[in-house]
Amino acid sequence: MSTYQRPLALFWWLERRSYLLFVLRELSAVFVAWFVVYLLLLVNAVSDGAASYQEFLDWSGRRWVVAVNVLAMLFVLLHAITWFGLAPRAMVIRVRGRRLPPVQVVAAHYLAWLVLSAVVAWLVLR
Amino acid sequence: MSFHDVVVIGGGGAGLRAAIAVAETNPALRVAVISKVYPMRSHTVSAEGGAAAVAADDDTLDEHAYDTVSGSDWLCDQDAVEAFVAEAPRELLRLEHWGCPWSRQPDGRIAVRAFGGMKNRRTWFAADRTGFHLLHTLFQTALSYSDIVRYDEWYVTKILVDDGRAYGVVAIELSTGRIETITAGAVIVCTGGCGRVYPFTTNANIKTGDGMALAYRAGAALKDMEFVQYHPTGLPFTGILITEAARAEGGWLLNKDGYRYLQDYDLGTPSPTPVLRSMELGPRDRLSQAFVHELDKGRTIDTPYGPIVNLDLRHLGAKLIDAKLPFVRELCSKYQNIDPVKELVPVRPVVHYMMGGIHTGIRGETSLEGLYAAGEVACVSINGANRLGSNSLPECLVFGNRAGRAAAVHAGRYRHAVPPAIEAQGRDEVRRLTEDLTRHSEGHERIADIRTEMQATMENGAGIYRDGDSLAKAAEQLEELRSRYTHAAIDDHSTRFNTELIALLELGFMLDVAESIIACAHRREESRGAHQRTDFPARDDERFLAHSLVRRQPDGTSRVTYLPVTITRWPPGERVYGR
Amino acid sequence: MADEITLEVARYRPELESEPVMESFQVPLREHWAVLDGLTYVKDQLDGTLSFRWSCRMGICGSCGMTVNGEPQLSCATFLTDYAPGPVRVEPLRNFPVIRDLVIDIDDFMTKLPEVKPWIIRDVHSPVEEGEYLQTPQELDEYQQFSMCINCMLCYSACPVYSLEPDFIGPAAIALAQRYNLDSRDEGAEERRAVLSSPEGIWACTFVGECSAACPKGVDPAGAIQRYKLTAATRSIKDLLMPRSRR
Ligand SMILES: Cc1cc2nc3c(=O)[nH]c(=O)nc-3n(C[C@H](O)[C@H](O)[C@H](O)COP(=O)(O)OP(=O)(O)OC[C@H]3O[C@@H](n4cnc5c(N)ncnc54)[C@H](O)[C@@H]3O)c2cc1C
Ligand code: SF4
Ligand code: FES
Repeated sequence: MSTYQRPLALFWWLERRSYLLFVLRELSAVFVAWFVVYLLLLVNAVSDGAASYQEFLDWSGRRWVVAVNVLAMLFVLLHAITWFGLAPRAMVIRVRGRRLPPVQVVAAHYLAWLVLSAVVAWLVLR
Repeated sequence: MSFHDVVVIGGGGAGLRAAIAVAETNPALRVAVISKVYPMRSHTVSAEGGAAAVAADDDTLDEHAYDTVSGSDWLCDQDAVEAFVAEAPRELLRLEHWGCPWSRQPDGRIAVRAFGGMKNRRTWFAADRTGFHLLHTLFQTALSYSDIVRYDEWYVTKILVDDGRAYGVVAIELSTGRIETITAGAVIVCTGGCGRVYPFTTNANIKTGDGMALAYRAGAALKDMEFVQYHPTGLPFTGILITEAARAEGGWLLNKDGYRYLQDYDLGTPSPTPVLRSMELGPRDRLSQAFVHELDKGRTIDTPYGPIVNLDLRHLGAKLIDAKLPFVRELCSKYQNIDPVKELVPVRPVVHYMMGGIHTGIRGETSLEGLYAAGEVACVSINGANRLGSNSLPECLVFGNRAGRAAAVHAGRYRHAVPPAIEAQGRDEVRRLTEDLTRHSEGHERIADIRTEMQATMENGAGIYRDGDSLAKAAEQLEELRSRYTHAAIDDHSTRFNTELIALLELGFMLDVAESIIACAHRREESRGAHQRTDFPARDDERFLAHSLVRRQPDGTSRVTYLPVTITRWPPGERVYGR
Repeated sequence: MADEITLEVARYRPELESEPVMESFQVPLREHWAVLDGLTYVKDQLDGTLSFRWSCRMGICGSCGMTVNGEPQLSCATFLTDYAPGPVRVEPLRNFPVIRDLVIDIDDFMTKLPEVKPWIIRDVHSPVEEGEYLQTPQELDEYQQFSMCINCMLCYSACPVYSLEPDFIGPAAIALAQRYNLDSRDEGAEERRAVLSSPEGIWACTFVGECSAACPKGVDPAGAIQRYKLTAATRSIKDLLMPRSRR
């Protein structure tokens, strides 16, 4: 039986906000990968000694690298925030038989993030 | 041409139950389910209120049987009722084991609710989406039986019979238009009811009485066709059902003056909380009749969609409504733009259920060898002149199971070769259908017009109240419609998902069903249950404590005869409610 | 209120067209008329060849899903007055092959459904005579939401992953698998795991959330998928740490 299959429009992902968000989130994976590479480069530079580290810092200071990093941070933030937004859908936590309201689950996630960031900040700035 | 040991027509509650019964009885058998819609779309999906079976410690099978017998106005067969009440609990438990999400008591046991005409609480429910959960549970369970073959969206046009024995069916595949002869050792008809014969009904679009007409044309007898149930509470425009559970949970019926009018019709005295077998929990026939009397007294409310009364649920509160009647609230808000928590729900009686159907015995056997029937399409009869709400879902299960088992035994025993006459019939049917697709195109009558007129004819001729004149007139009009039907036009000549051809075939089936209803109603000169003759207002046990049987004559006309009712333990008595 | 509204309906008759074309019909605009009532009016009065599926007209049988003004909807539960003054554009559900006019082919779903084994699986089935399996209202509540699916396919139509990756098992099938996984009477989670945790299962979903937004019955298939991801992930970690423990 022959049927008609609607072809996918080139800009289908602009049809809805959620589709756009979906494509952007898919794209964020590239930037997460970029951060991993960046971190590896940093570790490599540190292990090669002070000069190499300085060179890395100079390179990082270049305008395009900063731009890429800012962009990457935005995407990773998008990823994290949407990820947290999902948490209550994935986790059903019951306290004394009652289901914990979604806001509280989200809040708990942000709290954990804050605490972790504070610990990291303390470690770094100490 | 393909062969299956057992062919089940219909994938609703009864059909799926029957198919599983065949697969369980004899796993060596090949069983096929043919359905004009995907099984989980079958009309069983709309059932709301619940399914009756004795569950509570203080309830007994005898009480369930007595409620059913008196509810039927003594027209049921009591041996069938006894078998039914005895097997219903098992069937509902089996469904529980298959995963049906029945509502529960705090300790985890099954919860039961009150229902119209029932003396005890014995209606199992899954919120107010009982039929939906029941059907999906059955469908999903049936998926686990890999030997059940499905013909989804195939439309059966004919049952093949030779020498008093059924050999299979002819069916069209909707998506391709392919017509096929499907032969079988046994055929089980589970095609559901025929509410669409009337203009205003709770029934889905697919409920066109196909199976009744298929069996009737094949030579089987139909039984008690004059008994058509009106449900007292349908939404005025759409006919969407507001389940009886709404009254069981404590809803009140109010007339234009805000008065609980049922107290005027020998149905008991009002009390703030529901009393079983009383007032709003009386049987459906009596409640729908009370509406007509209120209408005659000018105490109903006129709306663009006809006269209505009000169903008051406000005093139940949001919490109870959301817990027990969430679907009622959803339906009211979506289809009527009202919130039953705060507003009155407009309702009027609406055609709901067919008590009559293909004449069967208690194993689902019909008057033709190898042909079985179960569910709303069949008439065993446990419903007699009036079905009690929540008895029909368990009926589908109990008799679906029984018919499935009987058909399995039959098909396992007789492996007849298909006689040449059957092959010829199959070829003739293909020719007829092909002609239908083209010949009707020269016609000038619209299918929808004939259908609308048939529906009006039925409402006027054989509504809640009927009489000799209205019935005679209806018979005449139907005859005329029948001749117009031969000129019905179809614009669609495609073989691809041709819904117009199906509508044409359905209309043909409905005309047969309508004729049989009128024929039976005309002959029964008494009033009993849902059959109320204004010219014969009393019940007449002397002449009519008997089932009507209607058969098609070789010349196409119908002939009505009578068959005595089986009485085992409950001699005919007065139907008493609220006293 | 104007007394008519225009329906722009997608027509696809394989004998006539190689791809869908739009056709306009004037239908009465009345209170309480659903888009479906408009379509049946067309079929009964204007053009008998228009094909579409419907049955219950009360939002429970799941037959009548269509794309109405770009959104996946049950046409029996979407009202003309909400689109006044019109026009209302009615197309078949997206992401499915079109058989004809508004009728789509859902074979793909019907084949995938049994793969997730949506039925009660137990090591031992106790006899019916022993009575019901006890289940408290709280235990019922665990899975009830996921048992509300009417198989209407709106979620598949809304899902961009399904359109890009047709092998994706999809929202409703996964929600139904979860419905049984979370049922206190069921012991089949292990049997469903392989299919659910496959690349075509939950991991294909990147949480667009459109399925839950489209679902007319509040099933929240996206939630079901997320929940299962967590279960599957914890399960894999456990397997890694304690490879010999079963169940
Ligand atoms: C709104 C509503 C609410 C109800 N609520 C309750 C309730 O609370 N409790 C209760 O006990 N009862 C209730 N009932 C009654 C009960 O739902 C029905 O009697 C019962 O579901 C009928 O089931 P069935 O299996 O006989 O038929 P159906 O479920 O109607 O199935 C018929 C099957 O036959 C198939 N079919 C028909 N014709 C053909 C053909 N020509 N070719 C191929 N296949 C065909 C269809 O595709 C379908 O699969 C209710 C009924 C309605 C209308
Ligand atoms: S999950 Fe919702 S949208 Fe998807 S098929 Fe089920 S009911 Fe329809
Ligand atoms: S017609 Fe049944 S869901 Fe719309």
